[in-house]
Amino acid sequence: MNDFHVAQTSGVLPVLLPLAERMTRAALRERAMGSPTLRLDSSHGVALVVAFLCGCGITQAQSQAADPSIFTTLWKWTPLLARGFVFNLAISFMAMAIGTIAGLFLGFAQISLLPPVKKGAFFATHFFRNAPWLVLLFYCMFLLPFQVTVLGVTIPIPDWTKATLGLALPVMANVSEIVRGAIQSIPTTQWEAATSLAFNRRQTLWMIIFPQCIKRMLPPWMNLYAILTMATVLASIVGVNEMMTLTQRALSAESRPGLLLAFYSYVLLWFFLYCYPIARWTVRLEARYAVNQ
Amino acid sequence: MQLVWDWFRWLNESTGINLTIFYDQFDRSRFASGFLMTVKLSVICIVSSVVIGVVGAWIQGSRLRVARTIVHWYIQAFRNTPPLVQLYFFYFGLGSLLKAAGGGPLITNVTWAIVSLSFFAGAFNVEIFRSGIEAVPRTTLEAAESLGFSRAQAYLRIVLPLAFRISLPALNNNLVNLVKTTTLAYAIAVPEMLYVSSQIWSDELNVPVMMNVLLICYFVLVGILVYLMHRWERAIRVPGFGI
Repeated sequence: MNDFHVAQTSGVLPVLLPLAERMTRAALRERAMGSPTLRLDSSHGVALVVAFLCGCGITQAQSQAADPSIFTTLWKWTPLLARGFVFNLAISFMAMAIGTIAGLFLGFAQISLLPPVKKGAFFATHFFRNAPWLVLLFYCMFLLPFQVTVLGVTIPIPDWTKATLGLALPVMANVSEIVRGAIQSIPTTQWEAATSLAFNRRQTLWMIIFPQCIKRMLPPWMNLYAILTMATVLASIVGVNEMMTLTQRALSAESRPGLLLAFYSYVLLWFFLYCYPIARWTVRLEARYAVNQ
Repeated sequence: MQLVWDWFRWLNESTGINLTIFYDQFDRSRFASGFLMTVKLSVICIVSSVVIGVVGAWIQGSRLRVARTIVHWYIQAFRNTPPLVQLYFFYFGLGSLLKAAGGGPLITNVTWAIVSLSFFAGAFNVEIFRSGIEAVPRTTLEAAESLGFSRAQAYLRIVLPLAFRISLPALNNNLVNLVKTTTLAYAIAVPEMLYVSSQIWSDELNVPVMMNVLLICYFVLVGILVYLMHRWERAIRVPGFGI
């Protein structure tokens, strides 16, 4: 980080445009986040609607006289799909909450002064960041018991809870890296100023450094949430009754070949409507905070 | 070698850590083929996505408006939809349309996985290479021309080397992401490491052990890639630029 500021201020290589610098910075940010930035705009929504209408048109053209219209069919399945979607959202909320809390701890442990804590947290973060999401999901799905008995009381663990934990693990690792990156991006002078005002390390972190980090952490954190929401459909591979699974069931129950495009674009449209405001808001926050950094 | 296999058999008998992938001939070859399939998928997809990226970036700089629009929509479509959906679209959507004469599939699931993942990562690569080329100032190109470089020479010797160095960090992120995404090929039954492991643990009932083996294998595989790419990045970085 420090050389970067040097390069920026002294202008060692003025031949490269600010664009190159921006690109490098964006690449580092994405590296901390572990996932590319979502850049949704309204034209994507238009394209999805077009795909959806094409799908409906194809189905209508292929249907026999006895078949109900495509919109009736979609409307019939909508309550079920909506229930699946709520499930996706519930999984995403909980995975995000668990992942964020655990990730905050891990992120702070990464800047700990105790070498074993620091090294352990570094290893844990990179271990979970390097493992693919699907493998972690499988890990939790198959290794957690389907019920636990605590003091004679049997508590069942439904599969969606396990999927939530499986998705929370990569979120945790990415949040940890976001926290570490944000803390390290605060200029050293802030630490020095706090030390000269007789703040101890804990006070400096909580009262001076962390409040400044929140602004920087918010955009990548929201982007991570949007990506997590899209990743909740992975739970369909391990058989959780979320929207994708229910769509597949609905399709097999209807057993009409032309429905595929209409149904899947309908599902995509739902996810788009949910993720679009988040993605736009992230871009706006990023632009606003970029100025006064 | 037999000694090692026997040691793993002994490990199973004495501790219950059942690593059939070492002492069982059949499981060993299965797991090895799954591991190789993951490596193969990764390597082929990395190479072809970089090719797609270069070609796409070149088309985006062309004067043909239609070509630019097509590439633009390709990027938008593949950047903003989940890769699982793309995989399903290729395999179930396009795959069911392309039937061979006998009624069997014309293109195998492995090929579809390669095509789908390459296009997925390629969409990101197009943008990365394009912005890398744009980040090289026009004045550099003009300076090269005034020194008597031809246009092609200036591109090959000055613009592209600089552009590549600028794009490398972003490219690395994307390629690491691509290797992690190859696990999705499980969903269309490509016999890669995750799929083969799931077959092994359902035959041998050693789910926890295989899970750990799988996690460690991916950690090592991705870790090696990350390490090599970062070393390369540091080795060829533009002095005084970036961190």
